[in-house]
Amino acid sequence: MNTDLYKYTLRLADNSLILGHRLSEYISCGPFLEEDLALTNTGLDLLGQAEALLKYAAEQNGTVDEDYLAFGREEYEYANFHLVEYPNEDYGYLITRQFLMDVFNVVNYTLLKDSKDAMIASIAAKSLKEVTYHLRRSSEWMIRLGDGTQESHDKIQECVNHLWMYTDEMFDLDEVHERLQKEGIASDLSVIKKQWHAKVDEVFEIATIIKPELPKYSLVYGKDGGHTDFMGYLLAEMQFLKNRFPKEVW
Amino acid sequence: MEDNQGTLWEVFIQPKAGRPYKHAGSLHAYDKSMAMEAARDLYTRRGEGSALWLVKAEDIVASQPEDMEAFFDPANDKAYRHPTFYTMPEGSKHI
Repeated sequence: MNTDLYKYTLRLADNSLILGHRLSEYISCGPFLEEDLALTNTGLDLLGQAEALLKYAAEQNGTVDEDYLAFGREEYEYANFHLVEYPNEDYGYLITRQFLMDVFNVVNYTLLKDSKDAMIASIAAKSLKEVTYHLRRSSEWMIRLGDGTQESHDKIQECVNHLWMYTDEMFDLDEVHERLQKEGIASDLSVIKKQWHAKVDEVFEIATIIKPELPKYSLVYGKDGGHTDFMGYLLAEMQFLKNRFPKEVW
Repeated sequence: MEDNQGTLWEVFIQPKAGRPYKHAGSLHAYDKSMAMEAARDLYTRRGEGSALWLVKAEDIVASQPEDMEAFFDPANDKAYRHPTFYTMPEGSKHI
């Protein structure tokens, strides 16, 4: 097994899985019906992407299936960004988290559709259509909330200020990524960083949101298995059914 | 009606290019582009069509129930208003 590729596949998969799960927690809590359905659709898209990626990871692993990878791992074995495990504090946080991640997904999948790994490339090409729409939606909300009333502006600015510290993980280059990037399998993080900032700047400008300074906040990243306190609670709920009924099929 | 869900919009879907748009339902949204996105999420996720029209419900002029007799009844007893006396060209499907 190519352990680098396995790790990389899990990183991609877990970002979609955990963000999808966070959105599923909010089902029926949306501010109004149309919005509730839209975020449920987004969560479902992400879950579909996670399923395809976890299937591919399971294939590489050879000893487990995608359901085990989704619901059977220990916390330190999940490789998602800290950003996506951040809780649904309110709709502003949910939309800001979504926007920051949507930009990353669009930029990342645009590059990955030309990956030398055929499976990653095809999953990226398929996911790109979905995440492009997610970004369009979350951008519109950022603009409306940022450039809306004084209250909505202050609230969304506070969400951006708070979540900003989780964004540097997206561009952190480690050995796993570097080796795969050299092989033409992983996306070029310096390109991602540049394009990510360009898109975020563009939307923030229209939304009159001020971009915070970037602090280096963490010595351990989610993609290496180190997680925030929020992750344990998330997994306890997400894995409950599989733990309670391990033999059950669906 | 005052509520916090925005304006009511009526959604029309064109099943495929060249075909007439059909009313599919309605939705709430605050403005044009968010209405379009909501329409995509509510009405076109299962291949229902290839184009959408959205109209603010308040912009639609609708006939009133009390106009029913004046507007619609006279049509019933005048068979010559219907093109039923012509021979249909062979093979034509959409006349």
